[in-house]
Amino acid sequence: MSVEASPSPNAARSPVLWVGAALAAVVLWFALYWRLEDFSAWVVGKLQLPAGSHIEEAARFFVFDTPKVLMLLALVVFAMGVVRSFFSPERTRALLAGKREGFGNVAAAGLGVVTPFCSCSAVPMFVGFISAGVPLGVALSFLISAPMVNEVALGLLFALVGWKVAAIYLGFGLAVAIVAGWVIGRLNLESWLEEWVRNVRAGNTDLPVDHRTIVDRIHAGLDAMRDIVGRVWMWMIVGIAVGAFIHGYVPSDLFASIMGRGEWWSVPAVVLIAVPIYSNAAGVIPVVEALLSKGAPLGTVLAFMMSIIAISFPEMVILRKVLTPRLIAVFVGVVATGIIAVGYLFNFLFS
Amino acid sequence: MKNVKVLGSGCKRCEAAADLVRAEAQKLGVEIELEKVTDYAAIAGYGIASTPGLVIDGKVVHAGGLPKSDDVAKWLMA
Repeated sequence: MSVEASPSPNAARSPVLWVGAALAAVVLWFALYWRLEDFSAWVVGKLQLPAGSHIEEAARFFVFDTPKVLMLLALVVFAMGVVRSFFSPERTRALLAGKREGFGNVAAAGLGVVTPFCSCSAVPMFVGFISAGVPLGVALSFLISAPMVNEVALGLLFALVGWKVAAIYLGFGLAVAIVAGWVIGRLNLESWLEEWVRNVRAGNTDLPVDHRTIVDRIHAGLDAMRDIVGRVWMWMIVGIAVGAFIHGYVPSDLFASIMGRGEWWSVPAVVLIAVPIYSNAAGVIPVVEALLSKGAPLGTVLAFMMSIIAISFPEMVILRKVLTPRLIAVFVGVVATGIIAVGYLFNFLFS
Repeated sequence: MKNVKVLGSGCKRCEAAADLVRAEAQKLGVEIELEKVTDYAAIAGYGIASTPGLVIDGKVVHAGGLPKSDDVAKWLMA
């Protein structure tokens, strides 16, 4: 075993070959994707369901959306896996440490989109940030934007609902993260952190320099794809099944009347409904697509989606390890207020 | 004898990282003492912000995600 002979295990493999294979895979992906609609129409035709029935409508949605969303998810997660191999939580932290509030909040929210994050690592990351001198409000801006404005949410919104809604979601997701973090920072609630968190001081460490080659980064993309698609595919199928049910069985204007354009209470009501519901972006976006197609107002649906992803009971349980209950209450209150404001704004702009 | 610490609190990948280190050490015939650090304060004390992290003889060699087995071998032989 000659370990020292090969400093990077992928150095021996030809980068040209890998980049070529990756490009070929992407081309194949597009070729398949364009044929998907014909394929699903063919499958639904084989099922011999009564034409124009509820069940046919639901089956059509399910058979078309399942491979479509899976393929999109795989592509988006792969691309972001490659992008994220250029960022690490340690580097993000170094960028944020000692930043002033205001600019720091903006930087934190932006870095939240591209820094690798999973809710299982939220606590060590948060503690790592605070201990290195990142202000509380700035760390919270990161903690709000990282799960909410992620590549899965943006990629699926872009593909299923359109680029405008995806861009709006990106812009206002960041705005909620920036403003909520800034407001909490202004309140000077550092003393509401759990005692031990305040006392941790980060050790200095020099992490080994990043020597990754392009082949390593393609590998990082593939790893992310395996990991994330493996983790969320079940959520996604459930989401698509709910979406298929809505598509086939719910009368066209039901949501327009329930979520009512003119009803002032509809936005806070969906936020309240969403807090105990936990799903991730892959599960909730097929539902969002179906709701929008049935006439639900955009702002109300966006508020519903943001609060399902950003404020969830399991995440609060995780955060309880580092935040006192009072601080969690403030956190939920500020974020929910921001989401409600976004909901109102959009209903107003797009009505 | 190398002292190896796996930093991370009970996540699946932290377990996987510990298993990987054990397997590589055995393969290379390197004697190690494996320790798991699960306390968040202690983890932050090593200066990392993502888990699992690996500390070999007091030096942080890795943070975030499952390390590659070739890299683990390299660190163990160093």
